Amino acid sequence: MSLARTVLPYVISGISVGGQYALIAIGYTMVYGILRLINFAHGDVFMVAGLMMVYLVASVPLVLAIPLMIALTVLLGFAIERVAYKPLRTAPRMSVMISAIGVSYLLQNLALYITGGLNKNYPAIPWISDRITVFGMETTRVTVITPFLTIFLVAVLVWLINHTKIGMAMRAVSVDFETSQLMGIKINSVISATFIIGTFLAAVGSVLYFTNYPGVVPTSGAMPGLKAFVAAVFGGIGSIPGAVIGAFIIGICESIIKGLDTILIVNGAITEQIGLATFSDAFTFVLLIVILVFKPTGLFGEKTTDKV
Amino acid sequence: MKKILALAMALIMLFALCACGSQPAASSAPAANSSDNEASANPVVKIGVFEPQSGDNGAGGKQEVLGMQYANQLTPTVEIAGQVYDVELVYADNASSNDKAPTAAQTLISNGVSLVLGSYGSGVSIAAGDTFSAAGVPAIGVTCTNPQVTSDCDVYFRICFLDPFQGTVLANYAKSELKATKAYCLAKQGDDYSGGLCNYFIEAFGKENCVYEQFPEGTSDYSTYITNAQNQGCDVFFSPVSTEAAAQIIAKADTQALGMPILAGDTWDSNVILNAAKGTDVQVCVTTFYQEGADANFDAGIKAWINGDATALANNGGNDELAAVTVMGFDAYYVALEALKAAGSTDPAEVLKVLPSLNYEGVTGAIAFDEIGDALRDSAFVKECNTETGVWDFVTVAKVG
Repeated sequence: MSLARTVLPYVISGISVGGQYALIAIGYTMVYGILRLINFAHGDVFMVAGLMMVYLVASVPLVLAIPLMIALTVLLGFAIERVAYKPLRTAPRMSVMISAIGVSYLLQNLALYITGGLNKNYPAIPWISDRITVFGMETTRVTVITPFLTIFLVAVLVWLINHTKIGMAMRAVSVDFETSQLMGIKINSVISATFIIGTFLAAVGSVLYFTNYPGVVPTSGAMPGLKAFVAAVFGGIGSIPGAVIGAFIIGICESIIKGLDTILIVNGAITEQIGLATFSDAFTFVLLIVILVFKPTGLFGEKTTDKV
Repeated sequence: MKKILALAMALIMLFALCACGSQPAASSAPAANSSDNEASANPVVKIGVFEPQSGDNGAGGKQEVLGMQYANQLTPTVEIAGQVYDVELVYADNASSNDKAPTAAQTLISNGVSLVLGSYGSGVSIAAGDTFSAAGVPAIGVTCTNPQVTSDCDVYFRICFLDPFQGTVLANYAKSELKATKAYCLAKQGDDYSGGLCNYFIEAFGKENCVYEQFPEGTSDYSTYITNAQNQGCDVFFSPVSTEAAAQIIAKADTQALGMPILAGDTWDSNVILNAAKGTDVQVCVTTFYQEGADANFDAGIKAWINGDATALANNGGNDELAAVTVMGFDAYYVALEALKAAGSTDPAEVLKVLPSLNYEGVTGAIAFDEIGDALRDSAFVKECNTETGVWDFVTVAKVG
């Protein structure tokens, strides 16, 4: 078996995982860019989107359930910002952060209460959960769709930010909060728009993610949320292309590390197992530390200029 | 004014959080026996139920509790030294987490329980062993199969078989029935149950013919492990992990056309697995404690009870397919009653004294303890999931020797 042949399945699954991380990471990075707030509740919003789908499919047809789920998730993201972050706009940044942690635990505990802590099976969505063969390897259609959909959504988002009025307002707000307010930008609607876009992408991400890994528990959002956050920091928090590239890098590396033992054994580099798979998560966080030490602003981070 | 409002909001949120925290545990308590207790004036003897109600093993824990609740409903009283006592089940959720287990155990002890049943999952039982030991409260493990549960703790007993036995049975089965020559073993990192069972399996199967890998907590992408097994040319996939991970592994095995049977231990004897495997072409075999149909009267009784109680039905995964852990929970309750009768007292110390010499003929077979506190059991049932009908098909009774 050639090297490419053994590595390919891991790369494909890594790209798919990366695409899902990317959709979550954008939510982190956009909110950070504008509010300088790390929205810890974002991963849990993602989990709630998954749970909503489980319960919606039980009562309405699938074609209605998906848009309804996305709409409700967006509403949730909007409501969280209005209830938990907006009243703290003038408070120190740390207070907002603590409020975000509070929201995160609130969502997790609500989910625990509603599901009773049991694993909920995500509904199979026809067509995208079908089995297909890519380069002689069996997988689901969603694995292949994910990266393309992610890139498409990001392209739309970048266009939105660069060529529309609300995008211009967002850019202005991210540069200087107070000044843009003086220029007549309605700061609250810009921030709301940011949260709406972020949660929309998280909702789409949840469909892709849970179709691939069909089990929703109250802590489902924690690990993907954390990895997406690392991806956002890795790419340079505040930068959208950075978050996407960071997410793909982390997804692919993680997947390859999980299979590295096998790749090496099959290709005859080693004969005994060395247990590298265990380090896949450790790798992600080591990467975070390394990047923070050597390039604190991340791969594509904005350069900080001292204001005089 | 604003401050008062803020304070009020904070209090409301706090209340909401408290309600969330305590509700899951409370909701699992059966409504039936609490109303009985109010009506009669008998003294109450408390039996602690130390089971996960949430987390990785939440589904299994709930099924095990079902057996106890059913038994409690059939026999709500026990006669101890000539006095009739009402039996109250006291619940504590160990959340499938080793660090929450001692707190849950302490809750039970503070509640004044005479003895404790549980837990589903070996890790939490090992973690809570010291707490029970310090308080001198005896505990009867229902389906925790790791040897350390009883060997490291003088107050822990158990009514099920052990992992060295189960691992050997599974390895023999893989070799002789499935004609496997190379096995892929997957365990969860830091999990006493799956890690231990994998080790015993590897010991029996031959280390040189096994590939052993572990996945970290919070993993959701199992596709790479499936690919690993395929690439290394294995012909059996052994993964005695939690049911939550199991459902995902089965889903991935199906979409990636795993092409080899999946073997697992008693944990997988659950409708979570049946639901996941139904309609796929994945072959799943498990060893377990009880095969449905071995006692028709019992089966009919408990099914009628499950179907008549909406909470019980939901806790059993929405259908009346019997899990072996439920039956084990049922037997454990009666072992507890026997121990109380034999002790002639509700004092934990007295109960602890009589446990080693206890004998009980349960639905799952005869129960007696050896000097370490383990059940003397020598057979396990092997079952295979029928992917068309979504039920377990009985394969064979396996013994070691």
